Amino acid sequence: MPEQTVIEAVRDTMRAEMRRDESVILLGEDVGLRGGVFLATDGFIEEFGEDRVIDTPLAESLICGLALGAAVNGMRPLAEIQFADFVWPAINQLVGEAARVRYGTNGVKTAPMTIRVPYGGGVRGGLYHSQSIEVLFAHTPGLTVVAPATPYDAKGLLASAIRSDDPVIVLEHKRTYRLVKGEVPIEDYTIPIGRAEIKRPGSEMTIVTYGLMLHYALQAAETVSEQGLDVEVLDLRTLRPLDADAIAESVSRTGKVLIVQEDTPAVSISSEVAAIVGERCFFDLDGPITRLTAPELPPMPFSPLQEAAFMPSPEKIVAAIAKLAEL
Amino acid sequence: MSATANKSSKLGTTSPPLSGERLVELYRTMVLSRYLDERVWLLNRQGKAAIAASAQGHEAAQVACIEATDPSKDHYLTYYRQFTAMMALGTEPEEMLRGFLAKDGDPMSAARQFPLHGAHPRVDLFNFSNVIATQLPQAAGVALADKLRGDDAVTIVFFGDGAASQGDTHEAMNFAGIRKLPIVFFCENNRYAISVPLNKQMAVDTVASRAAGYGFPGVQVDGTDVVAVYEATQAAVNRARAGDGPTLIEVSVERLQPHTTDDDHTRYRSPEDIAQMANKDPVKITSETLRRRDLLTEAEDEAIHAEAKRRVNVATDTVDAEPYPDTETMFDHVTSNRDEGGS
Repeated sequence: MPEQTVIEAVRDTMRAEMRRDESVILLGEDVGLRGGVFLATDGFIEEFGEDRVIDTPLAESLICGLALGAAVNGMRPLAEIQFADFVWPAINQLVGEAARVRYGTNGVKTAPMTIRVPYGGGVRGGLYHSQSIEVLFAHTPGLTVVAPATPYDAKGLLASAIRSDDPVIVLEHKRTYRLVKGEVPIEDYTIPIGRAEIKRPGSEMTIVTYGLMLHYALQAAETVSEQGLDVEVLDLRTLRPLDADAIAESVSRTGKVLIVQEDTPAVSISSEVAAIVGERCFFDLDGPITRLTAPELPPMPFSPLQEAAFMPSPEKIVAAIAKLAEL
Repeated sequence: MSATANKSSKLGTTSPPLSGERLVELYRTMVLSRYLDERVWLLNRQGKAAIAASAQGHEAAQVACIEATDPSKDHYLTYYRQFTAMMALGTEPEEMLRGFLAKDGDPMSAARQFPLHGAHPRVDLFNFSNVIATQLPQAAGVALADKLRGDDAVTIVFFGDGAASQGDTHEAMNFAGIRKLPIVFFCENNRYAISVPLNKQMAVDTVASRAAGYGFPGVQVDGTDVVAVYEATQAAVNRARAGDGPTLIEVSVERLQPHTTDDDHTRYRSPEDIAQMANKDPVKITSETLRRRDLLTEAEDEAIHAEAKRRVNVATDTVDAEPYPDTETMFDHVTSNRDEGGS
């Protein structure tokens, strides 16, 4: 099986889906000759032409409104928001409009559209190239939100998103694009939306996480295993709908949960996971539901020491594991 | 009228000039719309219709616009004041009232949305949001899909003068101009965004003049003149079908009623402004035009009014007695996966 980076898996999957289905069209800023600022669409305009690879004006609400209109008229638009930090002008077209097309028309119209949103920090992105924006989408009935963290999951979940009849937000952590490598089968496959995966089995504690933090959690679990602690790592992969069964199964079995996220804590994914654990695992817990998150600050400082202090890290996760394990 | 008007179509069929017979039919729809519109306001005052936005004053513009299009293949993205346009597209009075009374069988959204909002089951009419101007980028996307496939369809997107201030309007027109999309921007300018008059909405005299900034023609038309609106729309639709790109049509109309049943326009319109609207009632003007051109006798006109009244009474009695949708149906159609739910 060939090894790929996340960005290579994303690029190959989009290319394969565009070859497979003519109704898949690409929309975004600089997706043409530039190939996207992360080169996710490198070579696409040469292969698919200007009709299917649409360099839009610099207008995010337009991009998502166009995607929605094309989607209700027979296309499967695949739009790129250049950085998650720039998605706010399009929020109304996504949260206010696309999310409720099926519901607000009683199923007469559907919006099969995919919005790829590179997000996350640790890239010296400062306040406007680092944000974690998942909560607003994950809060919205009608939307599907996936956050693959490995090349294998990036391919399978992106293919599922493009083939879904619902609007799907695909969150790709920018730091994983070239940092994370893994085996990716050449053949076509999809990963079901809404299914978490145990990325490392363990018996004494469950870390629930997603995105870049998955990799930090796996490193931390490896570190503490040398000290004899057997930690399970559950990768959420889909943030809406959350795989409550997988969370409850794992935490009930291990009895302890540490939720790790890069985002700030208030009213976040970790809050929802904590609620699920509280509702479904209460009598199986032998330690407090514990969270490791960013501090409650606007994400995130540009200066390197402050950025590092803001982000959870493998070392901070090890410390959090140790503290919870002692209880 | 713009100099680009009346370019013959290279694709599809060009709709013919408006016959006297069709004019009378359009008038019939306008009268039916007016009676039903008035009835909905009565039902609101009776506590049966929670909210209504009126098309009174906009009827001629809406029927004329629809008449110049082809409902069998064209797309319509409308907004909340498209009462008459929906009737011109064949929506029955009972269907309209099921929306206003939020009854079972509302064809647009199963009564989840405000009246008239949702998607039409028989023609491609998408009247989705209450957030002003969101339909313009969406309409550009609809037109983009047609253009990429080479479909011979035109997208008509309706909006008011209020929507002209939104960023989405600019973004949509800019893109439609760049890609020469088959789209008609149809602005019903009634001079008020709820209470804010035109001179507080824009520093130019017309919305149509903005089309120059997007590289396509803009025309301003008297919205009480059925023939003028029909011809302007026909020219724009032909231009779009021929692959020559968008047109912005601005029709000047009066909003005879307050913004909605929840509004009181005496708070912000002068008595003189309100009084002058009587001279710009499109139903009255069209009746006079038809009579002057010997297309309609007084007796025929009275019969049209009597039939409209009867039709509205029948529809009201029918729908008033109908049930609300089952509560359980509110869980339908959230996503394609019906099992989704919870978190």
